[in-house]
Amino acid sequence: MSVLLEVKNLSKNFDGFQAVNDLSFTVNEGDVYGFLGQNGAGKSTTIRMLLTLIKPTSGKIIFFGKNLAENRGEVLRMTGAVVERPDLYKYLSAYDNLYIFAKMSGVKTTRKLIMDQLELVGLAERARSKVKTFSQGMKQRLGIAVALIHDPKLIILDEPTNGLDPQGIADMRNLILHLSRELGKTVIVSSHLLSEIEQIANRMIIINKGKKIVEGVVSELLDPAKTVVELETLDNAAAFDLLKTSSWSGGLELSGKYIRLHMDKADIPALARQLSASGVGILSLQPRHSLEDYFLSLTNAENHVEPVTN
Amino acid sequence: MWSLLQIELYKIAKRPRTYIAFVAIAAIAFIFQFAFKADGASYLNLMLQTVSESFDLDLKKSMNGYFMCYIILNTLLIQVPILVALVAGDAISGEANMGTLRLILTKPVSRTQIILVKFLASIIFTVLLLVWMAVTSLFFSLLIFGADDMLIFRNKGQESMILQITQDDIMWRYMAAFAYAAVALTVIAALAMLLSVYAENSIGPIIATVCIVIVCTVISNMNVPIIDKHVKPWLFTSYLVGWKGFFYIATTEDGLPIKGSIENWAAIRNSLYILLGHIAVLLGITIFVFRKKDILT
Repeated sequence: MSVLLEVKNLSKNFDGFQAVNDLSFTVNEGDVYGFLGQNGAGKSTTIRMLLTLIKPTSGKIIFFGKNLAENRGEVLRMTGAVVERPDLYKYLSAYDNLYIFAKMSGVKTTRKLIMDQLELVGLAERARSKVKTFSQGMKQRLGIAVALIHDPKLIILDEPTNGLDPQGIADMRNLILHLSRELGKTVIVSSHLLSEIEQIANRMIIINKGKKIVEGVVSELLDPAKTVVELETLDNAAAFDLLKTSSWSGGLELSGKYIRLHMDKADIPALARQLSASGVGILSLQPRHSLEDYFLSLTNAENHVEPVTN
Repeated sequence: MWSLLQIELYKIAKRPRTYIAFVAIAAIAFIFQFAFKADGASYLNLMLQTVSESFDLDLKKSMNGYFMCYIILNTLLIQVPILVALVAGDAISGEANMGTLRLILTKPVSRTQIILVKFLASIIFTVLLLVWMAVTSLFFSLLIFGADDMLIFRNKGQESMILQITQDDIMWRYMAAFAYAAVALTVIAALAMLLSVYAENSIGPIIATVCIVIVCTVISNMNVPIIDKHVKPWLFTSYLVGWKGFFYIATTEDGLPIKGSIENWAAIRNSLYILLGHIAVLLGITIFVFRKKDILT
């Protein structure tokens, strides 16, 4: 499966506030890629950088093998997005909104094309209604129609279920799955709800305070046999370098005073043995219940470190 | 670019606030026309107080459509900047406020193109306002008051004078004056658009534009030698009423008006250069700032 998006060491600093910190991840063609993090984790800032709304302080974004900074127009022609709220021209009809954004996307617009898109998101009957008369769910669906009107390869949806009622959330979920399975689109979906990502994404990344916590296949990351281990040593840099060359390098991250590893629970004794044998002075080694518990702990209390409970 | 411009004009046309300006202009013109139809003679008598002993004027003939339009423009062209700011000040900040700016910028259109298209749309709006002003203040006045030679009352230094322009020498002057006004008002549009880039709602840039115009107008009207020499020549407000120059007809040594002439064409040309310079600088800064701006709304 080919890589569609590659983000390398992306950072954004707003007047001293580090919103995104050295973030790297890849999205493959055909993925429904979950972008998970609590509110303020840096999801929207990252998505805005992917869409050129915000300029990165440093790092590279490579779409379709091309550097975004140098190929903005070409990349955006292949990308559709809804960023946070689906704000549209409220004084115009659904049809007019779609027509305007189709034109801006360089699409040769026909009545059939626009009505087909409205049909896809279930708004064909309200084509001539002004957007100000729409519910939040209808606006969200129209926003997705706008994102899809130019038949992009990649669709980026930032918190698409925000403000929706349970039926709206279910409809949105089905629409995303339809886009992926039936239309073969690659979708990046951000959310602060793990359950939501779990239901639609095949791969995901979790970020916190602008930094990557873990990235991988959803079913593997949420496997109950897997756990996140937080390790503190006398020399974290040396321990990190050692682990980078080991079999645990997959979910490895150096974050503050901890080294985090995403690994099988059964491998924890082997890890401890290897570190001791290598002369690494272990101060603490804390396995968590699961990735889900770990994410919830991030959501419930910033910087809270749970003690070993199993 | 043409397609983007069509979209921009369509959006402007669909917004109710766009029409406030047209209604306001029509209302002001009709109020003036009604008042002058009812009692224009008193106004003319008042204006002619200082010169009535030197000239023998036919008041009825003087109160014609051309004269009426000149009176209306004197008032309107001071207020119109506010109306231009209503649309240009909303260009970017309005999109930011609605949240549509981030959607626009995720489309394969460059930020420079967006500014240029919005600026062009503001110019078209300004020109349409002036065309509407011509219809309401010139053509309707001609219908109501008829056509005749036009009298211009002019204060030149300590001197008051009356200039008479024959009716076959007037229309081109009005066309030139409206074209000049379009350039002058485009400076206001460029200023409002620059302020619009910094704001996330329309009210701020509209009020800020009006305040800047008021402050600069006050400075332009101050009679302080150092300001006269070093500040006024560079202030756009010093040239907003430059359209009047097209009505200052040149005269012979005997004081007779020369048909088809302008007293000081060089001054008008210099005014236009300075106004165009303002437009270029303001637009350049707007593009520079907008290209660098992080969209956080």
